[in-house]
Amino acid sequence: MGIEPERLHFSWISSSEAPKFAEVATEVIETVRKAGPVKKLVKTRAEVV
Amino acid sequence: MIAYGEKIREIAKKLLAEERVDLIIGFKQGTLPLMTEPVMIKEPEKTDQLYWSSFCSMNLANYLPKRKEKIGIIAKGCDSRNIAVHIVENQIQREQLYIIGVPCTGMVDRRKIQSLVDGKEVREAIESDEELTIKGNGFEQTVKKIDYLQDNCITCMHRNPVIHDELVGDLVEERKDPDPYDDVKEIEELAPNEKWELYSNLIKDCTRCYACRNACPLCYCPTCFVDEADPQWVGKSIDPTDTMTFHILRAFHCAGRCTDCGACQQACPVDINVRLFTRKLNKDALELYGCEAGLSIEERPPLDTYQPDDYDKFIR
Ligand code: SF4
Ligand code: SF4
Repeated sequence: MGIEPERLHFSWISSSEAPKFAEVATEVIETVRKAGPVKKLVKTRAEVV
Repeated sequence: MIAYGEKIREIAKKLLAEERVDLIIGFKQGTLPLMTEPVMIKEPEKTDQLYWSSFCSMNLANYLPKRKEKIGIIAKGCDSRNIAVHIVENQIQREQLYIIGVPCTGMVDRRKIQSLVDGKEVREAIESDEELTIKGNGFEQTVKKIDYLQDNCITCMHRNPVIHDELVGDLVEERKDPDPYDDVKEIEELAPNEKWELYSNLIKDCTRCYACRNACPLCYCPTCFVDEADPQWVGKSIDPTDTMTFHILRAFHCAGRCTDCGACQQACPVDINVRLFTRKLNKDALELYGCEAGLSIEERPPLDTYQPDDYDKFIR
């Protein structure tokens, strides 16, 4: 429904796979950073006019 | 299909008189034309209230969870699938039920009929097998019912009840031609931002009345996540983020369980097609797990079972 694919990551990492964890975490950070600040599903304060 | 009423009354009366059931769940005529009401009947002499028309679109499976009585229930194709889902999910036992199956040729969408007469008040509706005549102040019009079916009935592939103890008429022919997911495929082609815009637009008038949830037989949790206050999972306002959260979660709770009965869409007072959320998930359940909800009382829903060959391409 339009959530950017860059923000959605699924991974299966065993507790013995530290390098894989580090690798995945770094990659997640990089892709999310590229996607920029989140704009969807963010609650802003109600505008009072 | 119009002759079913007589047969329903006859079966119901017999079941109650012979004390084979304690209760019949069916439809009665609404107080307005084009409307029906659900009704629960316990005495044989009250069975003449039971009624059938092309506007019996509510899903009566909604009234089954956790009931203790022996129940006779009227079920169209889609309703029977939701009854099967209830049996699989242990909300009711098969032995408790006497399912009065209705082979269905589609429900007529009262909103489509209403818009046909520019919102003028319909005072009377008369049905024959193929046609519907509506009358009101200064107008009378006859239409073919097949041209005004509910959207979900147009693409329905399971019009005959999948489980039943008795049928009120001959089985109807199942459709083979339509691809039920044309519209979903179009949405799948859109870019993420376009999808977001489409779905945000779809629910922009939502008042969070929860009629869609209440009409749905799948939503039987004692406390729905939207009603919980401690912890409060989702804001209770009509802030677009809160509303979107409600709709995304409602749809995912129905994933692999929804029969596309259309009760949610019909219940919405502001005419939001909430099925656009659930239909994508139905398509996924079918394509990824080969599952259509409620076709058997043995098969568990895909999200509550594990198979070694389950789709897992999205996991690294
Ligand atoms: S989500 Fe809507 S279409 Fe699906 S089972 Fe519930 S009421 Fe029926
Ligand atoms: S029935 Fe319609 S208005 Fe009410 S919560 Fe559902 S989508 Fe929103």
